[in-house]
Amino acid sequence: MRWVDDNSLLIWEQLREHLYLALIPMVLGLLISVPLGYVATRYSWLANPLVALGGVLYSLPSIALFIVLPALIGTKVLSAANIIIALTIYAVSLLIRNVIDGLRSVPEEVLQAAVSVGYGTLRRVMTIDLPIAVPVIFAGLRVVTVANISMVSVGAIIGIGGLGELFTLGFQQDFLTPIVVGVVLSLALALLADVALVGLQRVLTPWARVNTPKEA
Amino acid sequence: MIEFESVTKQYPDGTVAVDTLSLRIPSNEITVFVGPSGCGKTTSLRMINRTIERTSGRISIDGEDINAGDPVTLRRGIGYVIQHAGLFPHKTVVDNVATVPKLLGWDKRKTRATAMELLERVGLDPKLAERYPAQLSGGQQQRVGVARALAADPKIMLMDEPFSAVDPVVRHQLQEELLRLQRDIGKTIVFVTHDIDEAIKLGDNVAVLRVGGKLAQFAPPAELLAKPADEFVEGFIGQDRGYRALTFVTAENLPLGPVPADLAIGADGKPAGWRKDGDTLPVGAVFQRGDSLRAAMDSVLTSPIGQGVCVDEAGKPVGVIDYTGLTGVLRP
Ligand SMILES: Nc1ncnc2c1ncn2[C@@H]1O[C@H](COP(=O)(O)OP(=O)(O)OP(=O)(O)O)[C@@H](O)[C@H]1O
Ligand SMILES: [Mg+2]
Repeated sequence: MRWVDDNSLLIWEQLREHLYLALIPMVLGLLISVPLGYVATRYSWLANPLVALGGVLYSLPSIALFIVLPALIGTKVLSAANIIIALTIYAVSLLIRNVIDGLRSVPEEVLQAAVSVGYGTLRRVMTIDLPIAVPVIFAGLRVVTVANISMVSVGAIIGIGGLGELFTLGFQQDFLTPIVVGVVLSLALALLADVALVGLQRVLTPWARVNTPKEA
Repeated sequence: MIEFESVTKQYPDGTVAVDTLSLRIPSNEITVFVGPSGCGKTTSLRMINRTIERTSGRISIDGEDINAGDPVTLRRGIGYVIQHAGLFPHKTVVDNVATVPKLLGWDKRKTRATAMELLERVGLDPKLAERYPAQLSGGQQQRVGVARALAADPKIMLMDEPFSAVDPVVRHQLQEELLRLQRDIGKTIVFVTHDIDEAIKLGDNVAVLRVGGKLAQFAPPAELLAKPADEFVEGFIGQDRGYRALTFVTAENLPLGPVPADLAIGADGKPAGWRKDGDTLPVGAVFQRGDSLRAAMDSVLTSPIGQGVCVDEAGKPVGVIDYTGLTGVLRP
């Protein structure tokens, strides 16, 4: 516990970095996969190849991606951008399927009604399609967030890894406390993020929780 | 008036859904498109709000080509009701109804007031306003669909088999209410159905389409029943068109006989039953002077003693009619 007190600043710093490294890719992933998913529902021949590509990308080992990226895109080896880009790739590769499934879950007659009462395309996607797709998209978002939070630690191997750096520290000094603190905090972070997402989803979709239909 | 001039729709796969259709849909009346499945009813209807674009020909509203303006603006001025209502599941009932006023940028208070008023108009309890569509029965959802279509007071309302997914009792109710509503609002309604009975009941005019999107006949229902244009129309109307034609003959000229002493009258002045051999039998269906001959005939057929009871507005009996009396009118 002495160690924790003495290093609270460091721990706090790593926790913030961890959160930042995990959440930025989540947001970027969403911003990329939503338009991409929409295009794939418009041109349905795109959907299967995109989902398949997502599957392949997701199966790449994260460590390999962290190391190959700098060479590929010319970033510095020790840049946070590597982690962010790699995790964004994972986020998109997972989310794309949920976005496509979510948009497809909007009933045909609802789409038809929206067009017929005079929604323009952008307005329809933003206020009809996406809100209705929220439950399916959020299912993917939760997986992505928890996965990202655990993968950030792997970045410690190339020097940037939020709480993962505490593991490195512990191994280097042959000292257990930082490792335990790192594990506990990243678990807590994942749990909190998941709870926050569930809460957000509940706020966004009051309609998805209504009780059974009433008789006439 | 909505006018179709040699309108053709060919889908990209080559299907000709509508073939050189020419038709004048009069304003402030209900025009029904009826025909077998796949004959191009939906396609014809949706070409009016340009959710399907015609391949050739011209469609105009009050003389102006619908392709002259922007389709989104056109659609906001045309109400649209579809089979499963197509309500927005994530919006409350009142927000669903308020959809078009919101798109048009009406102020909030006016929008809400209009939406609440419309709910009552279509026979819905205002208490349902804050529910979500999933919390309503099919019939209630369909009413919300009608209210949504009417919210911005469009001149035209398009309805694509709006009542075909509800049970017969509710369908009958919704049909009656549409007719009642139409008496107040006098919209130009284009109504699609594959049910000839519904077409005859609701239509001021009926357009019968045959497969391939060809117009077989365009006429008021009485004329359709009396003078089907060809064998296809005759076959489509069905066997009992003679009987159904009675819907359009009034019962006014029936020679009513006096109310017999056998008819028991209840405390409310309405017929309570027929006294026969010490028993009281049910009255059966009753009819009014203004009803159709079909209603009068039904009254005779359902009476246990072959006497149909004619009642006044208050439900009090004013006379009776029997088989002989009926046949006199049926065979003038
Ligand atoms: N998007 C489309 N692409 C190709 N063919 C189509 C398309 N939509 C409809 N059709 C065809 O056009 C014809 C008319 O279809 P439409 O939906 O207008 O018929 P309908 O009279 O409304 O039928 P129903 O009573 O079954 O609703 C049918 O043969 C149908 O298969
Ligand atoms: Mg149809």
